[in-house]
Formats: sequence, structure tokens, C-alpha cells
Amino acid sequence: MPSVAETRTTQEQFGPGAEQMPFGPEHEPPTDWMELNMGPQHPSTHGVLRVRLKLDGEIVRDADAEVGYLHTGFEKSFEDKTYTQGITFSDRMDYLAPPINNVGFVSSVEKLMEIEVPPRAQAIRVLMMELARIGSHELWLGTAGLDLGVYSGFFYAWRDRELVLDLNEAYSGVRMMTSFTRVGGVAWDLPEGWLEQLQRFIDVMPGRIDDFEAMLSDNPIWHQRLKGVGVLSRQDAIEAGVTGPMLRASGIDYDVRKAFPYCGYEQYDFEVPLGTNGDCYDRYRLRVAEMRESLKILQQVIDTLPGGPWLTSDRKVALPPRSELSKSMESVIHHFRLVSEGFKGPVGDVYAFVESPRGELGFYLVSDGTNKPYRMKVRPPSFCNLQPLRQLVKGVLVADVIAIMGSMDFILGDVDR
Amino acid sequence: MTVSATAPLVERLGERFKQALQESSDFRGDLSIVVDPAAVVEVARYLKEEEGFDYLLYATAVDWPARDPRFTVVWEVRSLANKTRIRIKTTATMPEPHVPSLTSVWTAANWHERETWDLLGIKFDGHPDLRRLLMPETWEGHPLRKDYVSFGEPVIFSDQKLEGLEPDAIRG
Repeated sequence: MPSVAETRTTQEQFGPGAEQMPFGPEHEPPTDWMELNMGPQHPSTHGVLRVRLKLDGEIVRDADAEVGYLHTGFEKSFEDKTYTQGITFSDRMDYLAPPINNVGFVSSVEKLMEIEVPPRAQAIRVLMMELARIGSHELWLGTAGLDLGVYSGFFYAWRDRELVLDLNEAYSGVRMMTSFTRVGGVAWDLPEGWLEQLQRFIDVMPGRIDDFEAMLSDNPIWHQRLKGVGVLSRQDAIEAGVTGPMLRASGIDYDVRKAFPYCGYEQYDFEVPLGTNGDCYDRYRLRVAEMRESLKILQQVIDTLPGGPWLTSDRKVALPPRSELSKSMESVIHHFRLVSEGFKGPVGDVYAFVESPRGELGFYLVSDGTNKPYRMKVRPPSFCNLQPLRQLVKGVLVADVIAIMGSMDFILGDVDR
Repeated sequence: MTVSATAPLVERLGERFKQALQESSDFRGDLSIVVDPAAVVEVARYLKEEEGFDYLLYATAVDWPARDPRFTVVWEVRSLANKTRIRIKTTATMPEPHVPSLTSVWTAANWHERETWDLLGIKFDGHPDLRRLLMPETWEGHPLRKDYVSFGEPVIFSDQKLEGLEPDAIRG
């Protein structure tokens, strides 16, 4: 039996030439191999993912991820609902970063219809998205640590994420499923006192991230569990189509916020942290660094928050203000049309994308000219990040599978849709 | 991506693949090409190896029941270095829609094509592992086709029987 060090360095290469080992009764493994079902209820899968592992002693020889246990047919449901109604579906796919899904969804509609979003709405979107990024990374820190035995970290992370959820609640009335975007802007202006609450959050967070880093970054056990585990080289990362922190941990400088700025990200000064080794430890460092960058962005948005409207004045897509309804017949008609029927988009297909905590979240929208999407294909980042699981776990120990899956930060609602 | 920046690429493609490149369009800055199914692998390989489109974003299909060919199959790829995107489209006809798989060009197409087979019933010739992905292996039909009705699943009430199944047997 090869030693652990050997097995990690002899990982099978990617590509069509890679050894295929299909599953099923006709492809029985050697008799001394064991097939182990990890999941669908395994706690480290954070949802319902089933991974069938073929084990040679403690070493994983092959793995097959079975997804779909959370498949709810969002793409089909989008086809039955108007563009405005679809926003509430988008929340529920990646339930750890709903604001980013909201923005991704409406930006595809806005791109299709060529709608300008007012600067204040864009700034509010950035605020909500960066908060969601911090909240999602906090939760990842907590749960990925929990999988590896860092129990106390989980409670600290949960406490800090609570602050994000409080801010969500204070703005949208809902802790998680915010549904705060509308085509052409956002649903509400910021409530009174919200920016002060956000400022307190920005002031308290750096110290809390420092605490976290003090606990983990130089912790020898944390190093042993993560360093050199789940290495994805530069070339393999591109070939496997991974995205977000997984891609950047392998040293590829690609962040949608920098590469294709949207919502005014080009105005803010922030870094895109990069990894060098592409291992689990780099992914951890990178997410922590991203939280600090998000705090920087939040502070800049607060300092430069523009005034003005938070919803487009184009009455063909946005509801008129309540005060106009008692004065203008035209507004009543617009209101009635928008609420009962919605608005129609031009014929065509567009792809719009945003940077979610897990990577590039894209919406491919096909319109046939009606008030509903003809087809809405979601490009979920978790799905793309989970795909190379098989290559990553070949040749590692079972315990490392947990570390690798944790470092991928997939959300099954996002994978299965 | 502006028109002027993308036009030469389309011209190069047109020159190289002639009739195989059936159509190209630039809608809202998204460049799309429609390619003959027989040439799609060749075009994809050219785009990857000579034009630097190294990163596959997604693959999917769109069902147009009234059209012939009925399905449009879509792959979208990006060049990470040049920051450009191109959408490759091809068509598939009933009754057994099939198109060549692009897994031999972009490995990342694997799951995306499996999903497309699962939800829309497009066969990808040459795919190494074309199984259902999201739906159970035993599922019948392809849910994202337009003739597959939302909420159309049979529901068994306590006083009904379906295909010889006793209601109690299902309730367990």
C-alpha cells in the first residue's frame, strides 16, 4: 500500500484521457475495496449530497457525487412566473447569499431590457451583496471548521453572521430571503438608523476576524488538516471550470467585480486576494481576506452613498410611488398593468453574471417577447465547484474528503436548484 | 465586448468554417454563433486552441416545440485572458435529439451536458458518462421540455387508485 504522501502527489490527471471507473454492478471493484456511502445525510455535506466512495483501506480510489436531492425545478418555475415574481425564486437557490442571487436575476432582465439603474440603488445593492458575502464566508468558516473539529469557531462565526442577518432584517424585513431587488432598482430605500447599525458592524468586525485568525491561521492542527490537501493546479482549475475562491486559490486572478464591474464596483478600491498553492489552506486564507476586502468596500459605499431615487422612473417596468396613485390616472393604469400582467421583454437571449461568495453566478435568459422568461438557465457556482470532486479526492484519505468538501463551500440548494 | 472587437472573430470563423457557421449575432453585447451540428466539435476546438476560449461557463438547451429543428443547444465559453465570451449554438431534431459532446474539448462540460440530457433529453454523442444528474435514474420524461407540464405529476388521493398501486402502499 502506498504511503499517504505518495498518494497525494499521484493524483490522476484531468482530461478525457483520465481513467474512467464507472459505477454499477457490472463494474465491480476489486474484492478488497469497499464501497462507502457518504451522505445524503452526512453532516459534512451541509445539505443532501451523496458521495459514493470506493475505498482501498483508508485511501479513496474513486468517488461519484450524486446530486439532485434538493432539486426543486427552479428553472421550470421561472417559466411560469413574471419577471418580478421570479425574484422570490432566486433567493432560494443559494440560501446563504440571497441578495446576490436577487441582483444576478434582475441584472439579466435589466440587460435584456436595457434599463438604467439609479446610482443609489446600485450602492444599496453593493451594500447588501457585500454583507451577504461576509455572512456567507462567516458561515463557511464556522461549518468547515466544525467538520474538522473546531467547535468553538462555529459559535463565534454564528454570532458574527447574526449581525449580518440583523442588518438584512432591518432593511428588508426578512433575515434570509430578502427579495429586495426590483427590475430597475431596489424595493425600498434604506431605513433610518440602518447606516449607523452598519457602521457599528464595520467597526466591530475587523477585531472579530482577527480573533478568528488568531485561533486558526497558525494553528498546527489546522495546518496539518488543510495544507497540501485538495490541491488544484492552475491549469486543472481552469479545465475543471471551477470559479470564485476555488479558482483564485489556484492563482488565477478572476473576479467578476474586477473583470466585468457591475453595480458600480469600479468606483471602489479593493484587492482581489489570490492563493498560490491551490490547496484547502489557501482557500481558507483567501475567504478570510475577502471578508476584510468586503468591509473595505462597505466603508467606501457608506462614505460615498449617493442620494436620489432608488428605483428607475421608467413606469413600464417599475411601480409608481404610492402617493401618485390618488392623483394620476396614468399611474393607476401602470400600477394595474404591472401588478396583474407584468412587463414584456424583447425577443432575444442574454447572459448576465455577478460574483457570489462561491464564484460566478450567471443567468442565461431567453425571452420570446412575453412577460415571462421563456427559459432561464442558472449557472450555479456551487455546481461548477463540486464537479471536480472526483478528481480531487482520488488517492486521499477518507478524513481528507471532509476537508476537501468543506473547502469547496458548495450550497446544495445552489447545486440542485 | 463591442461590435468592432468581435467582428474580426466572426469573420475569421466564417472564413475558416464557411457554410458550417450558419449565423452569428451580437445582442446586447453577447456574441452568439449558430454552428452546424456536424462541425461543432471542430469549431469548439478551434475556439479553444487558437482563440484562447479556455473556460466553459455552462451548457444547456432551449426547447422550441413549434420549430424544426426543435432544440437549440447552447454552450457558452470565456477567454479568461482576453475577457471575451462567445455562445456556441447548434440544433437538434426530434424524435431522438442528439448533438456531439464537447467534453473532449472542455472537460468541464461533463456535468452540464449530463444535466441537459437529464432535464431536456438531448443526447450528447461521445460523452463519457451520460447518466441522469439531478433527477433519479428511474425518472420518466425530461422536465424542462415545454410539453412537460409544471405541477402535472399524478397525485393519488386516498379514494383513488393509480396503475394498480394501492394508496396505502405509497403512504407506507
